[in-house]
Amino acid sequence: MTTNEIHERLKAKFGDDVGPLSEPKMDAFAVVKADRIVEVCKHLKSTPGLDFDYLDDLTAIDWPKRNVIEVVYQAASIKHRHLVKLKVEADRANAVVPSVAGVWRAANWLEREVYDLFGVTFTGHPDLRRLMLPDDWVGHPLRKDYQEAGGWHGINNVRESSLVELKRLDDVRRAEQAAKQPPAPVAAPAEPPKA
Amino acid sequence: MDKLILRRLDQNAEEMILNFGPQHPSTHGVINFMVQTDGEVIRKAVPDVGYLHRGIEKIGEIVGYPGFMPFTDRIDYVAAMTANEGYAIACERLLKLEVPPRAQWLRAISGELTRISSHLVALGTMTMDIGATTPFGYGIRERETINDLIEELCGARLTFNYCRIGGVAFDMPEGWRDKVLKFLDHFDTFVPEFDRVISFNEIYVKRLANVAVITREDAIDFGLAGPNLRGSGVEWDIRRDLPYGAYPNFKFEVPVGKGFVGTVGDCFDRYYCRVLEMVESSKIVRQALNSLPEGEVMAKVPRKPKPEAGEATGRVESARGEIAYLVVSDGTDKAYRVRARTGSFMAMGVFEEGSPGLMIADLVALISSLDVVAPEIDR
Repeated sequence: MTTNEIHERLKAKFGDDVGPLSEPKMDAFAVVKADRIVEVCKHLKSTPGLDFDYLDDLTAIDWPKRNVIEVVYQAASIKHRHLVKLKVEADRANAVVPSVAGVWRAANWLEREVYDLFGVTFTGHPDLRRLMLPDDWVGHPLRKDYQEAGGWHGINNVRESSLVELKRLDDVRRAEQAAKQPPAPVAAPAEPPKA
Repeated sequence: MDKLILRRLDQNAEEMILNFGPQHPSTHGVINFMVQTDGEVIRKAVPDVGYLHRGIEKIGEIVGYPGFMPFTDRIDYVAAMTANEGYAIACERLLKLEVPPRAQWLRAISGELTRISSHLVALGTMTMDIGATTPFGYGIRERETINDLIEELCGARLTFNYCRIGGVAFDMPEGWRDKVLKFLDHFDTFVPEFDRVISFNEIYVKRLANVAVITREDAIDFGLAGPNLRGSGVEWDIRRDLPYGAYPNFKFEVPVGKGFVGTVGDCFDRYYCRVLEMVESSKIVRQALNSLPEGEVMAKVPRKPKPEAGEATGRVESARGEIAYLVVSDGTDKAYRVRARTGSFMAMGVFEEGSPGLMIADLVALISSLDVVAPEIDR
């Protein structure tokens, strides 16, 4: 099925909760209302003719200018070999999206990754913990306004260019050498006593 | 044996938490499994990943479109060529570039050679994890020749950085075609040899047959990719089903697990799918070398490409399954977002549900049969 046909079938079922298809410049996608995403995904998976049984990817894109985080769903159908791309928009300050881990189990780890790196909370997720970063990490690095905290438990993760550090070490060594007193001249060996 | 295990579980003997990794030879990189065991039987294995998280997706937002290519090598350093290609395809779709046919053919040739070498590592290390040390040497011996060939092509043996947005970096050197054909003639005799050395060895088969079965439904639901998905009997190959590059011009089979010695979707099926895939890759390289078109290897691309705002996905079939790059552009010379979905990441989701009831030695078989590579999980 083409993207347009899939989109029309979703429109017929869910009305305005499924937004219009984006311009088909690249990969066309439709924006779905957050509270309907689980229903839409279930419909995609279980309706004969659509059969989207394979969750290809689930990720997010941060748009601070529009103040939204887009969660991107890409699903595929092994049987019919077609693809669909949906998006859900969440508020940046309070990013909450229902979890689709109950529809595809593949979403379990993918949603954990998005939670970890973007700070999107997936309600109804069975095990929402950080995945890549330590549990006590502060912030969500793939957000556009993320600032590095400069370390974690005393392990530095920000440093200048190593050339800067090498130059600093060189300068220290030169300063130390200059500060040292010039070494005392070696005393001339005493003349052997004359016989 | 079964009775013994059941009796132990019923008695509810003392359980133990075992840290399996992060520095363990059979985890294939730095991964930690927290294993709750009852004697030798696993109650639960929870993977803990992220030791190799280098923030490659964030780097993609900083370095500009062409500058990200060497970083894609580091996503999957065992099969770097296909990781290159996926990113190039995504950017080419954003820029609406036509890639010259010769470049597409060269990508297919080098990609399939890399797939063979990656599978040789996967199979070799798998036999080593199971306890056979000899076949690993055989696999590495063949891989060495491929590394030499690829080194002649692009100057690097591991992190190739060969694909470019709009083509490939170099045309093939003189005499390279004959060398590759000579290697393939030798390699076609290697696969039966490898089968004789290890594949149908009775001890090896017993360690893998019917172990850690992933059913067809589970494999699809968990989003497994590549040989792991096909090992469960699912016919899904991006090269054939969502074709890209030069692949529509080649004839090849998509091997799937059939329960060669046990159940469909057991460790042996995943293993043997890789063996069969190497044969198919060899066929593809032969066809590509025999139909290689003449011409340029690079399209005309500006030094600092600035695609118009939009987003595009580039999908390729890598050795560890589908790599899907989502590249988002906001109209500047740097990507707004780069995302890589990888096969190893999806494979890690299986462990929590797939491991209960396995023996500890079977967990090693499961890990190596899924062929996870740690940097591809963490990126």
